[in-house]
Amino acid sequence: MIEISNLTKIYGSDPQEVTALKEVSLSIRKGEIFGIIGLSGAGKSTLIRCINMLERPTQGTIMVDGQDVGSLNSLELRQLRQKIGMIFQHFNLLSSRTVFENVMFPLEIAAVPKNEAAQKVNALLELVGLTDKAQVYPEQLSGGQKQRVGIARALANDPKVLLSDEATSALDPQTTRSILGLLKDINRQLGLTIVLITHDMNVIKDACDRVAVIDDSTIVEVGDVLNIFSNPGTPTSRSFINSIVNREIPAEILQRQFIDHGLNSSRLIRVSFIGASAGEPIISSMVQKYAVAANILYGNIDQLKDIPFGNLTLELIGPVETINEALDFLRKCGLEIEVINHAGN
Amino acid sequence: MLAISGIDLAAFFATYLGDYDWVPAAVLFASWETLYMVFLSTAVSYLVGMPLAIILVTSEKGHILENLQLNQVLGSIVNAVRSLPFIILLILAIPFTRWVVGTSIGTVASIVPLSLAAIPFVARLVETSLKEIDWGLIEAALSMGASNWQIISKVLLPEAMPSVVLGVAITAINLVGYSAMAGVLGGGGLGTLAYYHGYMRYQTGIMWITVIVLIVIVQGIQMLGDKAAGRIINKRR
Repeated sequence: MIEISNLTKIYGSDPQEVTALKEVSLSIRKGEIFGIIGLSGAGKSTLIRCINMLERPTQGTIMVDGQDVGSLNSLELRQLRQKIGMIFQHFNLLSSRTVFENVMFPLEIAAVPKNEAAQKVNALLELVGLTDKAQVYPEQLSGGQKQRVGIARALANDPKVLLSDEATSALDPQTTRSILGLLKDINRQLGLTIVLITHDMNVIKDACDRVAVIDDSTIVEVGDVLNIFSNPGTPTSRSFINSIVNREIPAEILQRQFIDHGLNSSRLIRVSFIGASAGEPIISSMVQKYAVAANILYGNIDQLKDIPFGNLTLELIGPVETINEALDFLRKCGLEIEVINHAGN
Repeated sequence: MLAISGIDLAAFFATYLGDYDWVPAAVLFASWETLYMVFLSTAVSYLVGMPLAIILVTSEKGHILENLQLNQVLGSIVNAVRSLPFIILLILAIPFTRWVVGTSIGTVASIVPLSLAAIPFVARLVETSLKEIDWGLIEAALSMGASNWQIISKVLLPEAMPSVVLGVAITAINLVGYSAMAGVLGGGGLGTLAYYHGYMRYQTGIMWITVIVLIVIVQGIQMLGDKAAGRIINKRR
């Protein structure tokens, strides 16, 4: 749906150049919710604005639904923008218009006949659950309600793509969940491709199919959310995941003494599991199959979309060879194993 | 003076100003002339000043109609006219006023220099109002595919309206002051009355009356402006 190749954006000119994006390439599929996560200043805001040319790239191309966005003249660009909805962190509703008139706004821009537009607005307000607020001015709404108006407005011209610029960053966790729920419903019902940027890994975890991690103007990692959560490939990804899933092992556990010889060797391991394997009694089969004792020291289990995800810190006790066999068994079962501590370390 | 309230004005003036009982009618007529000049020159200055303000804002760097040269040229002209003291502008504008109206004396003729002075003032005032609008609103309209004209007419102007309305009151009040100055140079209105009678003929009473009427007019304009702006703001709450 969206193909970004070699996108570079430089602000300012020579002496005070600031590179916001450095040769970014991304491919966003039709119908998916694609997240872009990064700290503030990483370039994600510029990246999402390049998709609808609110920012002009310095170099590189962006194709949206087969159209080279950068090559369009101003009329063609305006027509394309009508098909790319956008929602914002601070909602950006017009205070001079009622909720109804705000949602009507993009339809006025597209010169949709009044009657047809009014019907559309009513249907959209119903979709976002704000029918009773139609004649109210935005100032009277809560943050969550304002964002619902923003979403209704963004959907008015039946867009193919919805861009979400930190849409939940100004909302409390509960409202964030309800807005993300609404976005997921829309994604499912309308088959809409959604690109969202955020600095909150919870948003990625709750809503996204795939994620790109952006750091210092470049994409450092792209992949399925599940894979990145279970196996973060870069320090940036790891720190984002740690921000919501506690992967740090308490210091007291790390300070324990481990013996690495004889029949009572012990090893500290971390088992990461996702999806189906989380539902199976793998640890208990291992204990039954091999002569090792498993001592669960610490763990976190979370839900990623509908799939359980988590990690357990175990101490395995037994003869060294048996422990190694047991570890092989766990790996074969599809678990990711990390040996954290040998004796004395 | 306190005795004015509730007392027959004609009798009041007959008693205190001898046979100058023509004064109430003269004051009334002069007030009408002042209001007429202020109203029309405010209207003309907004007719010209608003578009100037829109150009000043939208031609800025990064804005929807970025044009730095135009912005600078226009900005300098506005500053130049604003730096002229009104009394000088009044004299400099005489040939232009004659060309437009046919004479440089009288109420209608005064509207020309009054408008000339107010146009750059209005341009800056409205410019400030337009700049208060959050860029996010413009960005949102752009993201929907709005044209530049749609952004101006559907975002910038409606969003700035309460602030613009307050600016109208400020402009009109300034013009009340300027119109008095124009009155000294034969412009008509309360200024002429105060100057020819109050000053030249030492009729201090008339001077004071014009002062009071001017205060009432200024208070009235401010009240109207506050009310109008308040109504727009309250509606949006």
